[in-house]
Amino acid sequence: MTSAPRPTGRPRSQASNGYAMIAPPALYALLLLALPLATVVYLSFMTDGPGVREVIRTFTLSNYLQAWTDPIYRALMGRSLFVSTMVTLFTVVLAFPVAYFVSFHVSPSRKSLWLFLITIPFWTSYLVRVFLWKVILGYNGVVNSGLKALGIIDQPLTWINVNVGAMVATLAHAYAPFAILPIFVALEKIDRSLLEAGQDLGESRLMTFFRVTLPLAMPGVVAAVLIVFIPTVGDYVTPDIIGGGKLPLIANVIQKELLAIDNMPLGSAIAVSAMLIVGTVSAVFVLLNARFLKVKK
Amino acid sequence: MTSAKPMIELKDVQKWYGDYHALRGINAEIRAGEFFSLLGPSGCGKTTLLRTIAGFEDITSGVVMIDGKSMEDVPANQRPTNMVFQSYAIFPHLSVEQNVGFGLRRDPRTAVEKQKAVDEALEMVGLKGYGKRAAHALSGGQRQRVALARALILKPKVLLLDEPLSALDKKMREHMQVELIKLQRQVGITFILVTHDQEEALVMSDRIAVMFEGEIAQLDDPESLYRRPKTRKVADFIGVMNFLPATVLSEAGGKVDVDVHGFGRATIDAAQVSNSHDGATAVGFRPETLTLLYEGQVAADREAPGTVEEVVYYGDMTYYDVKLDGVAAPVRISMRNVFGREVLERGARTRVAWAPGALVLFR
Repeated sequence: MTSAPRPTGRPRSQASNGYAMIAPPALYALLLLALPLATVVYLSFMTDGPGVREVIRTFTLSNYLQAWTDPIYRALMGRSLFVSTMVTLFTVVLAFPVAYFVSFHVSPSRKSLWLFLITIPFWTSYLVRVFLWKVILGYNGVVNSGLKALGIIDQPLTWINVNVGAMVATLAHAYAPFAILPIFVALEKIDRSLLEAGQDLGESRLMTFFRVTLPLAMPGVVAAVLIVFIPTVGDYVTPDIIGGGKLPLIANVIQKELLAIDNMPLGSAIAVSAMLIVGTVSAVFVLLNARFLKVKK
Repeated sequence: MTSAKPMIELKDVQKWYGDYHALRGINAEIRAGEFFSLLGPSGCGKTTLLRTIAGFEDITSGVVMIDGKSMEDVPANQRPTNMVFQSYAIFPHLSVEQNVGFGLRRDPRTAVEKQKAVDEALEMVGLKGYGKRAAHALSGGQRQRVALARALILKPKVLLLDEPLSALDKKMREHMQVELIKLQRQVGITFILVTHDQEEALVMSDRIAVMFEGEIAQLDDPESLYRRPKTRKVADFIGVMNFLPATVLSEAGGKVDVDVHGFGRATIDAAQVSNSHDGATAVGFRPETLTLLYEGQVAADREAPGTVEEVVYYGDMTYYDVKLDGVAAPVRISMRNVFGREVLERGARTRVAWAPGALVLFR
């Protein structure tokens, strides 16, 4: 592809050049994202057939009725949202000081080293990191055997391995870098003279933080919230491994409905519902972000 | 306009950054109500000194007093100073009036009174009706006005301005210079301006401290600084100064007899002598103190022959580089382009009128 005008005919327009460039990923997105998504939406309005993977092509809303009224699904959706909210809260609240430290207290020449260190967990597979927490918190894990060896407990503690807290800890650890980086970028963009101006105008360091630094870092915080919240709602590996299947989240039940129970329309309806809920929550944050971005230069 | 009472006293202020000696014993008194400038090339310590007064930099040793009180251990947010930052530091997440009212949070006045104060401050800087605008949508000149209003609304004892005009274009800069002078007279607050632009300093200041390498080289009013620079370096930094090598012949009764190469003998008053020992003996003079003589004109005092080497035409002025007979380096002479006076060509022979009273002797 060349930007120089061709000798004959009109030069290719910028727009068509652009389309040509985005065509491969667009095709990819269409085939591997849009089509399956459309299929799931389509299936969610169909009726379950008696055979394996059989779907009767009759339009119905009963899947959605069941997905939204059955107490089990409501409870699981609630638990999923609770877990991802807690994970988001912990991750972002813990990530902020790290990002702040690197941005404000690490000398510029050492910042890239720190960022590199922060991304080191990515060198290990997510699955391995989840297992790591199982090893730490498991029935015969590091914590339990350690406490037993010290004579503090006789029997392994069971409440530390199969509970929501363990799941939150695992996920928060896994997503920490994702939260640190956008907050760090937002903090880096803050003109340091603004902080001096805050103090010059009579505010203490703490008040300057609340009146200047924090509002200006909000786009990064909102980005971190979205980056952590959206994938954790749909996570199904952690509940399987950490929760040992005893504390399923919404993604686990979708998987079950689609495969083991073989009710594809119901599974699809739950998936679409979950997507709508996450979409709504995310939209609120995106709008919040837009409000902050609007006033940023 | 100025009184003798010092608003700021600096006593042997020293500042080290590791091995780097940024401020090397600054001693100065800045009077209440004065428009004071710190002038110098970049890296001379002028901004460091300003930030020291503001409280953003700790000093290594020495005393900074503001209004008779030592500022030791007084943080920036408790000093009676406010700053207009070089970047203006307008809060991008706030509106114009929120920016201007930022420092009023703990002010005991009611919200209505505060709003009135904000409106008045905006009116003072010529931004009436801009209060609801988003700060990031303003032009450079408007941002600067917001920064001024935001600082002045707190009625500081001293307003610190860190190269506030350097980001503006020439027209706007000249306009703002005059506005700042008027504003300073109106509010009567001590202004301290940091600038590297000697013209700006001359135009705006009551007094100027010229700084080089962490030291004040000369502290004077603009006219003295321009006419009687104490060192060659100051002379070079403020405007254009021609130098001609000279030899001291004799010295008696407050007069110094010198032989100026290219000009001849002259007697210089002791007040016009600088004993800075920062180079070979020379006399200095400004381009406008010399006049090119046209045919039939006679010098009022003395004259010297020479050749026009370069002509720089500025519209209202023409600068000539003239090589005086017997001198290697040319001197620069400025002439107003009055009606009927032709601009000389390069290579033209000419005569230069000069007077001993305009010479400064550096030795």
